[in-house]
Amino acid sequence: MGAQLRVYRQKIKSAQTTKKITKAMELIAASRIQKAQARVTASTPYSRAITRAVSAVATYSNVDHVLTTEPESIERAAVLVVTSDRGLAGAFNSQVLREAEELSELLRSQGKEVVYFLIGRKAVGYFQFRRRPSERQWVGSSENPQFDLAKDVAEAVLEAFLRDASDGGVDEIHVVYNRFVSMMTQTPEVVRLLPLEVVEGVEEPDSTVLPLYEFEPDVETVLDALLPVYIESRIFNALLQSAAAKHAATQKAMKSASDNADKLITDYTRLANEARQAEITQQIAEIVGGADALVAKK
Amino acid sequence: MADLNVSVVSADQEVWSGEASMVVARTTEGEIGILPGHEPLLAILAGGEVRVTLPGGEKITANAEEGFLSVQSNSVQVVASRAELA
Repeated sequence: MGAQLRVYRQKIKSAQTTKKITKAMELIAASRIQKAQARVTASTPYSRAITRAVSAVATYSNVDHVLTTEPESIERAAVLVVTSDRGLAGAFNSQVLREAEELSELLRSQGKEVVYFLIGRKAVGYFQFRRRPSERQWVGSSENPQFDLAKDVAEAVLEAFLRDASDGGVDEIHVVYNRFVSMMTQTPEVVRLLPLEVVEGVEEPDSTVLPLYEFEPDVETVLDALLPVYIESRIFNALLQSAAAKHAATQKAMKSASDNADKLITDYTRLANEARQAEITQQIAEIVGGADALVAKK
Repeated sequence: MADLNVSVVSADQEVWSGEASMVVARTTEGEIGILPGHEPLLAILAGGEVRVTLPGGEKITANAEEGFLSVQSNSVQVVASRAELA
């Protein structure tokens, strides 16, 4: 076999092996999307109930709460970046990180200092590689986020929010995550978590007038208890969305990888055939040439 | 009298939902019983049992932790970060 032909055959074989792997990963991701999506759906009654309760309290009380009041001057802002633990998901992580960078740029131009809270090994790796500091990191459970993680994250950001700015506390908290729009689209989303913006109207499709609630024990206590829960549920939702989006992104990336492998295989097969034919043609030419020479000698 | 529309919701799923004639829950102030026609209410749960009496007289018990109870126009929502049927 000619050298050229051998090289092509090797390349075909390697593309075939890769295709087997990417195909398997595509199928795995596809089956996981369903599960992740189901979890997003299952958690909506909770977030809807909480949003509703928070709007009820906010509408019928004029209580100023620490979490809802805009501080006079914002010295430091926190950015919570939600990425995945694993790659092989196309632009999934890089688009979130890019969005986070743009946000930081904007915040810095407003004279704010930026501190980071990172979720997912990819974000942590990105920051470590650039030797940039971050306040807290959570890794290892972004594929299948549990509510405890959301709780932990919420506690950490609330603690930072309630601390004084002079103590290294923050006055503003933003979340950057991938939102699951459809199987084909995942868009990076930036949301300001704290201080809470007007809650009514958000995620509240039916604008029925809220009844006049009786609060037990009283408005302040209810608000005190509700707002952190609201934050938790928002973070949990972001985590679930990001997990679903990650699987969708993986599926898409692996599908295009398999398609590319297919194309490579076709191209190399064609080249290999050409090389084989060229080799045969050359051999025939050699034989004919050799025979002619023998005839001419006689 | 109309029945109550009850749903018990935890952070990751809806634990139970259906019709009921009475709901008893523990708030930070003490036990509270809710019958159809109760005024709108928003209360913090103290954690513990939530007892739901079905129209047929059967009883369902759920454990709810860290959450709140909201009542409005005969619909009751028990929302807790952790909740499960006992």
